[in-house]
Amino acid sequence: MLVVLVLALLLAACATSDLPQSSLNPKSAEAQQIDELWRLVLYLAIAVFVVVEAALVIAIFWFRKRKDDDKPEPKQTHGNTALEITWSIIPALILVVIAVPTLQTLFDLASPPEGNFVRVNVTGHQWWWEFEYPDILDANGRPLTTANELHLPVGVTTELKMTSADVIHSFWVPPLAGKRDVVPGHFTFIKITPDVSRAGEAIPGQCAEFCWLSHADMRTLVFLDTEADFQAWADRQLQPATIPTDGPAASGFEIFTAICSTCHQAFIAAPEGPEVFGEAIAPDLTHFGSRTTLGARVLDNTTEHLTQWIDNPESVKPMAPELNNFDTGRILGMPDYGLDAEEIAELVALLEGWK
Amino acid sequence: MSVTSEHVFEEADFEATGDPVHRTRKTAMWIFLGSEAFFFGAMISTFLLYRNSTNGGPGAELFNIPFTSASSFILLMSSVTMVLADNSFRKRDQRQGRIWLIGTAALGLTFLAGQIFEFTEFYEHGLTLETSPFGSSFYMLTGFHGAHVAGGVLMLSLLIAFSMRGKLSPDHGMNVELTALYWHFVDIVWIVIFTVVYLLQI
Amino acid sequence: MAITAPVEDLGYTPSTKGVWSWLTTVDHKRIGLMYGVSALVFFVVGGLEALMIRTQLASADSTILTADAYNQLFTMHGITMVFAVIMPVAAAFQNYMIPLQIGARDVAFPRLNAFSFWLFLFAVIMLSSSFFLGGSPDGAWVGYANLSTEVTEFVRMDYYAIGVQLLGIASIGSSANFIATIFTMRAPGMTMMKMPVFTWMTVVTSFLLILSLPVIAVGLWQMFFDRNFGTVFYEAQAAGDPLLWQHLFWIFGHPEVYVLILPAMGIVSETLPVFSRKPLFGYQFVVFSGIAIGFLGFGVWAHHMFTAGMGPVAEAGFGLATMLIAVPTGVKIFNWIGTMWGGKLTLNTPMLFSIGFIAMFIIGGLSGVTHAAVPADTQQHDSYYVVAHFHYVLFGGSVFGFMAGAYYWFPKWTGKILSETLGKWHFWLMFIGFNLTFGPMHILGLNGMPRRTYRYPEGFGWEFWNGMATIGAFTIAFSILLFIINIVKSTRSGTEVGPDPWDARTLEWMAASPPAIHNFDQVPIVRHLDEWWHRKYGVDEEGRAVPLPEGYSEEPAFVPETGGIHMPSPSYYPMIAAAGLVAMGAGLVFWSSGFLGVGILVVGVAIAFWGLVGWAAEPITREAH
Repeated sequence: MLVVLVLALLLAACATSDLPQSSLNPKSAEAQQIDELWRLVLYLAIAVFVVVEAALVIAIFWFRKRKDDDKPEPKQTHGNTALEITWSIIPALILVVIAVPTLQTLFDLASPPEGNFVRVNVTGHQWWWEFEYPDILDANGRPLTTANELHLPVGVTTELKMTSADVIHSFWVPPLAGKRDVVPGHFTFIKITPDVSRAGEAIPGQCAEFCWLSHADMRTLVFLDTEADFQAWADRQLQPATIPTDGPAASGFEIFTAICSTCHQAFIAAPEGPEVFGEAIAPDLTHFGSRTTLGARVLDNTTEHLTQWIDNPESVKPMAPELNNFDTGRILGMPDYGLDAEEIAELVALLEGWK
Repeated sequence: MSVTSEHVFEEADFEATGDPVHRTRKTAMWIFLGSEAFFFGAMISTFLLYRNSTNGGPGAELFNIPFTSASSFILLMSSVTMVLADNSFRKRDQRQGRIWLIGTAALGLTFLAGQIFEFTEFYEHGLTLETSPFGSSFYMLTGFHGAHVAGGVLMLSLLIAFSMRGKLSPDHGMNVELTALYWHFVDIVWIVIFTVVYLLQI
Repeated sequence: MAITAPVEDLGYTPSTKGVWSWLTTVDHKRIGLMYGVSALVFFVVGGLEALMIRTQLASADSTILTADAYNQLFTMHGITMVFAVIMPVAAAFQNYMIPLQIGARDVAFPRLNAFSFWLFLFAVIMLSSSFFLGGSPDGAWVGYANLSTEVTEFVRMDYYAIGVQLLGIASIGSSANFIATIFTMRAPGMTMMKMPVFTWMTVVTSFLLILSLPVIAVGLWQMFFDRNFGTVFYEAQAAGDPLLWQHLFWIFGHPEVYVLILPAMGIVSETLPVFSRKPLFGYQFVVFSGIAIGFLGFGVWAHHMFTAGMGPVAEAGFGLATMLIAVPTGVKIFNWIGTMWGGKLTLNTPMLFSIGFIAMFIIGGLSGVTHAAVPADTQQHDSYYVVAHFHYVLFGGSVFGFMAGAYYWFPKWTGKILSETLGKWHFWLMFIGFNLTFGPMHILGLNGMPRRTYRYPEGFGWEFWNGMATIGAFTIAFSILLFIINIVKSTRSGTEVGPDPWDARTLEWMAASPPAIHNFDQVPIVRHLDEWWHRKYGVDEEGRAVPLPEGYSEEPAFVPETGGIHMPSPSYYPMIAAAGLVAMGAGLVFWSSGFLGVGILVVGVAIAFWGLVGWAAEPITREAH
């Protein structure tokens, strides 16, 4: 009975899943390769499981001592070398069957992409993701820079080249690829070729290497675009943000330059020409208004949530900004600057305008 | 004692053959030294990983091979005196044994003095624990080795003290032969360190 | 047929009454009991930590625990269960049973044995006190750099660096002790291939610990120095490499998991033959596969690092090595089933736990094989799938095996038997609760839920199975309550039994229950594997066991005693040395606090010095042999 229960669990698992972050729901060529290998291994494992557990269960029932047992003692068998060798070789052979596709898939996924491919530089921070497209440059040669939400064209391979600015994180979007750690001082790589049929979907992912307080809240969202939509998005992203001249957003810009730019940066259409303003310690805010989520996909990007985020960042996700150290570069969160409701509303107006 | 199941047991089998207690202690010391081998092995591996990670600071050019060769020689000589001490105790000559033990400890302390002098020189030339992974791993490896030498000197002192109070017998826990094993091991580790760190600058 | 001949001269008989007799004991049986009781206490502590985790995760976006509290809880849960439960339970069984199984009167170094226990106990107390004194470690039980070296404003990870270091020293002491004991103190005629499997597994785990602990010792010192002395071992900004920590940790960590499972495998290799009334099927294969696991176990460590970016060649190598080690690990299962096959099975509580061990270990082992398929592992690693895997092998494996051992050997320790009724309730509740808790975690992991996360959002399909897992966890807790009640009740008023209630096979069942301090009045001479069984049973023409005639024995059956039996004297120096060492550790933990830390360190050095020199100078009573 329990065997049936366990089997049911297993089968429930191996059925395709339409859960948003499931690895059983491959939406890229690479995730598909992994899924095929997984299914082979799973089916072999289930077969072994059924055979061995059945032997165990049969042994229990067949050879249990009955109540009125007067049978003689069992034969004192010490072993059977031929049998033992056989049952060592059979598992070894099963493992060979697993090893071959394992190695093939491993080397295939590790090989650099060929032909034209999109490049994205990923930098993990505590607790957000920085994305830079080194080949998508604006008029001044500055690459497209954004945070937490990634856009990829379908049907084309993108190679993520990843590192960390602080501690080890791991970039994991299960429907698109296996995870890979991002390590300070190292570069690691992931190839993703999203299925063409998935254009228009937004795939969630999150950090998968414990990185302290907001590890659970260091999430990402990957938008799969048709090539045309991707180009349109990229073109918009390369535009500088306008400096608002009146209304609350204008006051918001004052606050931005005074406070936010200590950590954040924005590419601004300044009177003398577009320029980057601020620091790259925290996410680039140039097109914050067009992002669908904030705080690394902890909350939807609404007025109410943005207000909460600026007013009391630690109410959205746990951080330790009191430990920030600009000399060593250890940044552990967004501080609460004690802005009043009016100031916050002005900043919100500014950021919502930066689409 | 190793016997097969076909062996016919007789009274003679149970007379004391050698000292099983001593055999047990020697086994334990070898096991401990195996553990220590992996301890130093891990530190040497760390050093090998970082031997070129000087982070802009000084590296192996600071080494004074002649000086270190001299202090290595001193440590090697201490193993010779250790062997002589062990021999004397085997021949039940406690007085001679003590002299060789004192000599061993003195040579060990001289080696340590040489290490400390070397470290102060490196420190003044800008190689500290904090300078680089090279610095960190160099000082950790040689520092722990020095600590083991110091521990050995402590053991030698205890042996000398016990011997002077007439308590050192073949039956005694503090054992010259086991201490000698430890001392030689620490010496061999130094030979490896000297070769890998100082001589082989790959 | 217990030995009841009177003993002429016991020499110095230490007092066995009162707290002081326990604090100064060097008797391996008492030390074993102390390890066992301590481990049980920490099992409850670690279990409560787990219940808090499961309560938090029962619902989405839960706010019961802060992230900071949660991180400390899951870190301490892992550290507690590995270092304060499984390892000391194994030590409890090894300490109590090894001398009895090999026909010895104590271990090779009784005072070192006591020292290892007190060092363990004081170190885990220090580690646990961290919650009240500066904060508990919060970097996961694996303590990955450079997160573990990033925040030095708290001493939390200094507790980790020093605490695990101290526990390692205790284990190295124990391991050297067991190897020396097993190699040099076996009863006459007991060749290595006539030793019980549990003793063999102890040899293998002892070697694994001796060689792996020093490697993590180096890593921990490096972590401590990075945190307190400004070294840059793991500092990427200074050209250090955080991955170095992972390598050093897992070169210890992987052999460690075999240390955690092999004793339970040894126990089950003893109980299955007894309750099947047949010898272990393929004793040599079982022993050699244990040795093979020991060797191969040092060659697979980086399978914990498949996503770290080592490159495809390294990943392929370690993947293949991991598949290779599955063979000796797995075929033991066939040997155990082969033992049961054709036997006459008594399905009492120890047997149920032994069978449960096999059933659960199959699942845990198979999920381990799925990890070996490296690309598939990149979806499984750091998710709840791997949490499921290691709980199946560590709980379904080790804990179930230890429960079998507890029910099996309880009569030897106390002369009474544990209640079968309570035992069966314990087993079934634990079995159901365990599978309900960890079975669904496979699904959660495959559906994208990462581990070490203090909360998860709605809409990802994780709520239902998390809820089920929480129900399972509380079921396990209740079953453990029954176990503790069983122990207390049966110790007080359980049914009394003789020295051999199970009609068992190995030497410990020849001694009284509980054994006298000197274990055996006369040391038996060993001519067979399962020597005790062969003193009771021969075989007929068909190979079936038949009882031997009354009074039959191969002579000489015992070693002739020529003098009195001298047992080692009790001593307080091991406890003092251990206390000094832990005080030194505490001083180091608080090194960054200035005079407080240095002061405690100096006091610790003095106490340790007093303990160690006193120990060295103590007149040696002739060790038992």
